[in-house]
Amino acid sequence: MSIDTARPPVHTDHGGPLHAVRGFFRSREIPVAGALIALVIITTVINPRFLSPQSVKDLMLNATIVIILAVGQALVIITENVDLSIGSILGLVAFGTGTLFNAWPGVPIPLVFLGGMLFGAVLGAINGFLVTAAKVPALVITLGTMYIFRGILTSWAGSKQYFSGDNPKAFGNLSVDVFLGIPIITIVAIVVVIAVGIFMHSVRAGRDLYAIGSDRDAARLFGIAVGPRVLAAFVASGALTGLAGVLYTSRYNSVGALTGSGLELDVVAAVVVGGVAISGGTGTVFGAAIGAVLLSTITSSLTATRVDKFWQQAFVGMLILAAIIVDRAVSVRNARKLRVSESRDV
Amino acid sequence: MSETLSPNIVKARSGLAKRLTGSDAIIIYILVAVIIVSMISVRFFASTLTVGFLSIQVIPILLIAMPMALVIISGEIDLSVASIAGLTSAVMGVLWRDSGWDIGIVILVSVLVGVVCGVFNGFLITTLGLPSLAVTIGTLALYRGLALVVIGDQKVANFPKELNTFVLSKIGTTGIPVVMIFVVIIIAFFAVLLHFTPFGRGLYALGFSKEAATFVGIRVGQAKFWLFVGTGVVSSIVGVFLTLRLASAGPDNGTGMELSVIAAVLLGGVSIFGGKGSIPGVVGGVLLIGVLTYSLRLAKVPETALIIVTGSLLVLSVVAPSIVSWARERLRLARVHRVVQQTSSSGSPHA
Repeated sequence: MSIDTARPPVHTDHGGPLHAVRGFFRSREIPVAGALIALVIITTVINPRFLSPQSVKDLMLNATIVIILAVGQALVIITENVDLSIGSILGLVAFGTGTLFNAWPGVPIPLVFLGGMLFGAVLGAINGFLVTAAKVPALVITLGTMYIFRGILTSWAGSKQYFSGDNPKAFGNLSVDVFLGIPIITIVAIVVVIAVGIFMHSVRAGRDLYAIGSDRDAARLFGIAVGPRVLAAFVASGALTGLAGVLYTSRYNSVGALTGSGLELDVVAAVVVGGVAISGGTGTVFGAAIGAVLLSTITSSLTATRVDKFWQQAFVGMLILAAIIVDRAVSVRNARKLRVSESRDV
Repeated sequence: MSETLSPNIVKARSGLAKRLTGSDAIIIYILVAVIIVSMISVRFFASTLTVGFLSIQVIPILLIAMPMALVIISGEIDLSVASIAGLTSAVMGVLWRDSGWDIGIVILVSVLVGVVCGVFNGFLITTLGLPSLAVTIGTLALYRGLALVVIGDQKVANFPKELNTFVLSKIGTTGIPVVMIFVVIIIAFFAVLLHFTPFGRGLYALGFSKEAATFVGIRVGQAKFWLFVGTGVVSSIVGVFLTLRLASAGPDNGTGMELSVIAAVLLGGVSIFGGKGSIPGVVGGVLLIGVLTYSLRLAKVPETALIIVTGSLLVLSVVAPSIVSWARERLRLARVHRVVQQTSSSGSPHA
């Protein structure tokens, strides 16, 4: 009895509201979101036009594609894998979309989205199958498929390009029309973030991905079907990349053989900045999405503040490094806390 | 039971046999086969011109592949190499344009850029203990960004003519570029370092298990630190080489090369898990991609097919060993099973 009262009170508020608030402020998304808000405020103070309706709309449009890609990539990275082929997948789907509209001008637009996501999912399944069957790190496999998919695209496309003028007006309007001030394609991205976010937070299969990422062997011993889950993560990432590819065709002026090349590292960077550890098992898709917004906003805000445009990429690099360092500091602190609280329990 | 049986049943392959059937040896066989087939079937392949063009083309990747192999064997990765080459090129261009220094000093200072970049990578990875994949994705952007800051979107092209002709000059009539001598020296240096020094042997232990390496007395942090300095320096040398070869310094020199280098290294039999690989294998991997690309190009195969070939080679090179080891395991199990059955059926009455 007396032992019980001697216990530190820390353990009594486990599920309490105080705990929830504390957890909120300790989460990895907060520093990123804070940086984003600070960036927007500073930029607006220097150049008030930064928050004009047109400028905000452009910010959202620019972020849309990367947000969707980052959500897909986050799924894969959380399982301690990585998908470097997304730039090539996006290119293939975007060019496929252009081709489809060219061959069948009256194609229903929902069908285009479905087709694009299916195409992306198939390509993602190839990655996932190779990764799970060969038991080789995804870095190598997807580096290979990055080249293969890009090669297929370049031989398919040659020097051909499809321009936005070739597409139906209604399709292009998805990136022009707004609903409640938000462009339609950005709404698509937001829906994706929320849906995948809830899935990863509350659905068994989503939690499994975290378990696999933090300790694969333990996950297997626990009875999680590691192979199928990782395969599913790659398929999902492929499908989301396919969605991004279709939206890319709507948003940008032209699609061709080079569409999406070099995008893979930008997206991995966005995910890492958003607090998803490259070593798997931690982070959320919300964080990844915020990271994507942050990286795409930096570009605009450097332009708005008339900082030499050549500094842009260097800033992005420093941001990535800062994100990793913060992440490391947080995890070291958490590990120490955990050790202390565990030793108390003993 | 199986413990006493297995040493007799599964004979350990002898050292030589192992060396002749290892994955790096297989790459070299394929390389030789590709060269022979190309010499027979591709017009103009069998000429000294081939040697010249081919070497000039593969030198950048060949050079960076050396320290990269060591980095990957020790279980890390460096994605910032091409950006370091680009930054070096930018610094070299600006120094040559604005400082009025002798070209020798300019080159020396430019190579220092690589040292600094490598030290920074090494500091973040070993001192702060951050994952190298994430860190070097960051420095990939940072160094390329700094290259843009240094030189903007300009090009500097008025380097001394003699240096460009020197880089492209050949040894007599062999078609081998003179710079190849330096390249061979660098390759030899890394081969000796990896295969014949305690430091190099330690890298295998490091890649295999960091904890075990610490226990046997390898200074893990220090070893890794120097590896990243190594990739930095060699990347800078490549930056200087590219600048002189193209006779142009710009921020985009070497863009995208990091993935080609890693593809070649992995194709050469280095395991991405660390702990496995050899310099001859890596040289074979780089040359295989180089020769294949060159000969297909000569045979007028469209450029686009080349990318597919590179990618497929990479995927095959990692998938094939898994298939082979799976098959080997099945065979071994079958053999053990057979022997066990034999011993039990022949009957051992005293058992």
